[in-house]
Amino acid sequence: MEQVKPLISVNALPEARIQSGFPALFRKEVRRFYSVAFQTVGAPILTAVLYLLIFGHVLASSPKIYGYEYASFLIPGLVMMSILQNAFANTSSSLIQSKITGNLVFVLLAPLSHIEFFAAYVGAAMIRGLSVGFGVFMVTIWFAKIPFAAPIWIFIFALLGSALLGSMGLIAGIWADKFDQLAASQNFIIMPATMLSGVFYSIHSLPAFWLTVSHFNPFFYMIDGFRYGFFGDSDVSPYHSLLVLLICMSLVSWLALSMLKKGYKLRH
Amino acid sequence: MSAISIRAVKKSYGDLVALDGVSLQVEQGEFFGLLGPNGAGKTTLISSMAGLCTPDSGTIEVMGHDVQKDFRMARRQLGVVPQELVFDPFFTVRETLTFQSGYFGLNKNDDWIDEIMANLDLTNKANANMRSLSGGMKRRVLVAQALVHRPPVIILDEPTAGVDVELRQSLWQFISRLNQAGHTIVLTTHYLEEAESLCGRIAMLKQGRVVALDTTQNLLAKHRPPGMPPKILGDDGAADLEAVFVKIMAESK
Repeated sequence: MEQVKPLISVNALPEARIQSGFPALFRKEVRRFYSVAFQTVGAPILTAVLYLLIFGHVLASSPKIYGYEYASFLIPGLVMMSILQNAFANTSSSLIQSKITGNLVFVLLAPLSHIEFFAAYVGAAMIRGLSVGFGVFMVTIWFAKIPFAAPIWIFIFALLGSALLGSMGLIAGIWADKFDQLAASQNFIIMPATMLSGVFYSIHSLPAFWLTVSHFNPFFYMIDGFRYGFFGDSDVSPYHSLLVLLICMSLVSWLALSMLKKGYKLRH
Repeated sequence: MSAISIRAVKKSYGDLVALDGVSLQVEQGEFFGLLGPNGAGKTTLISSMAGLCTPDSGTIEVMGHDVQKDFRMARRQLGVVPQELVFDPFFTVRETLTFQSGYFGLNKNDDWIDEIMANLDLTNKANANMRSLSGGMKRRVLVAQALVHRPPVIILDEPTAGVDVELRQSLWQFISRLNQAGHTIVLTTHYLEEAESLCGRIAMLKQGRVVALDTTQNLLAKHRPPGMPPKILGDDGAADLEAVFVKIMAESK
């Protein structure tokens, strides 16, 4: 008969101590979207390329913007739109799936702080958003001439924009109880806000009323500041856009962290 | 220091009182049974111990750590096998256990993960996706996830519900070895013969209150219904605790 090896006594085990679970949760969240990269990275790149081909062709004869052809103007907007939408989609879809299937319990049982939880989910969302944005850029760059007037702004707005939308996705994922609630927030808030943020046009081409309305859309500042990094020109100052983005990031992060700390809709 | 110390814990969901002032202690190294009918508050009590829900009042400590104020150390000391058969469909068995270990900050834990898989007969499924596993295999992974950080206190919420005899036997052998190595085990089950043969002490809950708390031997001795033979279903004694359970539930208001 096989001899069963006795287990080490619990008293002989090393004393329990707290080590951060952040790296594992972050890796898990990155692996989650990477394991279905065709859907989470490939598909959004194809969508952005289709936008470029259709709008770039239809509006090819439009007046130059910032001294560049319409397709050149469009590409940075498409890149940023892809970054924002995919950062939001990553946190929100991961959380709602884990809540509904029940496997979020494994994360909730672990000694993770609300800050570690937030950082892991938002960090992974940034990775997905930036991966899609980079992919869109690498595919679309062959269709038009793109300058790099002030690259530092490109990185600042890409990082902060993806973090902001990752945090918003976290809030939506915690709040939503059903997939259709999440789809509503995605289709009725995030999608219109990004599409009407100046991705496809300069807001100076809008009537006065809609020009004013655009200034209340935080997504406009993210797109406009990001675009400044390419053209060195934008509808508003990049410092103004950065300030708006930092204020939004502070408010959204505070709300997300408060929800996590309280266990809102996660712990009963 | 008790393994688990529960003091005057109350929890309500609207008008429903799930826990109505529960107090009990589980000592280190015990094999403790938590029994009760459906809706008695067992899972709410376990959720409160694990930090999955917050009691309205009262305190709970795991190995001396308050589960609310010192939640990180309390959770580090606790492994919970949930009742629901839940899993993450994106990962293999080994990935699931490696990530779970990582959530506890244990990133070089392969030896212990291999030992758990061997004991739960999961080794040849290590690289199988969770979606492809049978219900019994998924249940084994749930148990493995709870043990991955080698917690001194292990709570099993109906771990053998709907699983075959083979898994039950291998599971109880492994859990008994863990108990012999000094781990505290808290078990909820509707299979009372399991509780009778494994648990040294038992608490019975009804409508959120503890209606009985004693050693298994004392419960059997004190509460045997009058006129009932010591063993009504033969030599295994399977019906003893069941009869006692039915009597206590009927007597308690």
